[in-house]
Amino acid sequence: MPLYQIQKPAIAGTLESSDIQIMIDKNDGEGIDINLTSSVEHQYGRQIRETICKTLSNMGIDNAKLTAVDKGALDCTIIARTIAAVHRSCGITEHYDWEAIDSWNV
Amino acid sequence: METVKNAVGREIPKEYADQYGVFEGQYARKNEYRRAAGKVVPTLPGETKLVSSLREAIEKSGLKDGMTISFHHHFREGDYVLNMVMEEIAKMGIKNLKLAASSIANVHEPLIEHIKSGVITEITSSGLRDKVGSAISHGLMEKPVVIRSHGGRARAIESGEIHIDVAFLGASSADPYGNANGSQGNATCGSLGYAKVDAEYADKVVIITDHLVDYPNTPISISQTLVDYVVVVDAIGNPDGIAKGATRFTSDPKELLIAENACKVITASPYFKDGISFQSGSGGSTLAVTRFLAEKMRESGITAGYLLGGITSNMVELLEEGLAKKILDTQTFDRGAAASIARNENHYEISASFYANPGNKGAAVNQLDVVMLSALEVDTDFNVNVMTGSDGVIRGASGGHSDTAAGAKLSLILCPLLRGRIPTIVEQVNTVITPGEGIDVVVTEVGIAVNPRRKDLQEALKNAGVNLFTMEELKNKAYALAGTPDPIEYGDKVVALIEYRDGSLIDVVRQVKR
Repeated sequence: MPLYQIQKPAIAGTLESSDIQIMIDKNDGEGIDINLTSSVEHQYGRQIRETICKTLSNMGIDNAKLTAVDKGALDCTIIARTIAAVHRSCGITEHYDWEAIDSWNV
Repeated sequence: METVKNAVGREIPKEYADQYGVFEGQYARKNEYRRAAGKVVPTLPGETKLVSSLREAIEKSGLKDGMTISFHHHFREGDYVLNMVMEEIAKMGIKNLKLAASSIANVHEPLIEHIKSGVITEITSSGLRDKVGSAISHGLMEKPVVIRSHGGRARAIESGEIHIDVAFLGASSADPYGNANGSQGNATCGSLGYAKVDAEYADKVVIITDHLVDYPNTPISISQTLVDYVVVVDAIGNPDGIAKGATRFTSDPKELLIAENACKVITASPYFKDGISFQSGSGGSTLAVTRFLAEKMRESGITAGYLLGGITSNMVELLEEGLAKKILDTQTFDRGAAASIARNENHYEISASFYANPGNKGAAVNQLDVVMLSALEVDTDFNVNVMTGSDGVIRGASGGHSDTAAGAKLSLILCPLLRGRIPTIVEQVNTVITPGEGIDVVVTEVGIAVNPRRKDLQEALKNAGVNLFTMEELKNKAYALAGTPDPIEYGDKVVALIEYRDGSLIDVVRQVKR
């Protein structure tokens, strides 16, 4: 049983500038599916998708459906919002694995 | 596509390079020419210039297919004149017009329809905002738009490269014989600096006003001797869109830090002495610099010789406090400053040619000590982009950027390291408006870089204890935070030609690939 199991729709982040809002849900056996809208799509869209995928991969998640609305967030913000959305979806509200979280935030 | 590389390394398609010549350096051209003059039909005693409608003015002006028409942008986002005139022209079925507006604002979005329907087929302007700029960047027009600086436009008009057949000039007050100004009436905009050039060189000049006064209307910004027709309409503009009531100071700590850094640079430079002249824009940081600089001037007992611009009410305050002796005003940014031009003898209205034309016998920018400018992007060669966004889409304006940078002894760029995730300091700007050789110092919130051409300034700043970075270092700081941006993909079609102020091509903008 993997540590992080996507269970229910969850959301993290806001629509403020320099933030990203990430909604996550189950995507049974369909892999990672990211629907991204970004104000910096042409310059950073590719990198934002990579950052989200990398973070999900770090968390051992192979299947998830994400809708992300980005307003020019830096990578650290994107990672933090992804981690938060996953935790909420998994219903984890205590005993966070701080050591692992720290290692993902590079 | 065969191209010619210019002095800032930009590839200019050969057909345009042959037509305009390519940029070879900011002072490379010093050509003799004969000024082009407009046609004149005398007005005899007893004849009237007052016509009953816009339609009648257009008919009497003799406007025909293929001609060039002009407008000024002193009414900014509050302008009704351009849309009103274009709608009437479109109704009359006139086609293939060349639009030579001093600039184009968001409010001029109806232009997109006039382009689609073939009423307008060519455009020259300083700027193109949001929707019009975006439509053009996506290939709306067959012929590329020609972007000119304020000084470059005046030069092109005076040399005859732009020949205006009919100028439609809004004025907040006018008399029936055509004497017009922008400082009285309802829709006041202050200086009519851009319009003055059009009035002098156009074949036909139509003054459009909503405030007709008795003859003679003074002060005379545009003279009766240049005007053919006067039309009265209900409203020429929305005062709230023309100018803000008062320009407020920023409370953004990042902008204040940039301003503080810029103030350090100016006070440490050899130009900070009695009689200093400067121009500052209307942006948050540059307004704040003026305030910091004023404090330093009071402390040091220094008085400015003149202020140039782009005038805001805080510059008027310097004048009225006695910290500045004169203001030379080609464009007035707020109502406080517009009121001053009517009230203060030493707040003097100048034309765009007087302000910045590199082709006349001496522009005001040549006398300038310090200019503070903004930037969408600056690259490691100090080249500046104020035209296209980081997504490659046209949204800005050339303005007086390259004019003042070339003229001033010290030109500073004030910009944040990043805007959101978008680096301002980049490896290579999307579009070059001002060449790096005209930029002396780049000031950000994290550090200051001096152009290596200016060893004297580097020394002066080091001696004053200012910590300096290279542009490469600033760029690396930006990229470390934001990541290296992916390059924008462009197609082959050229959608805009960027003229340097001397008429040579410094860059082109290509259609974005989406």
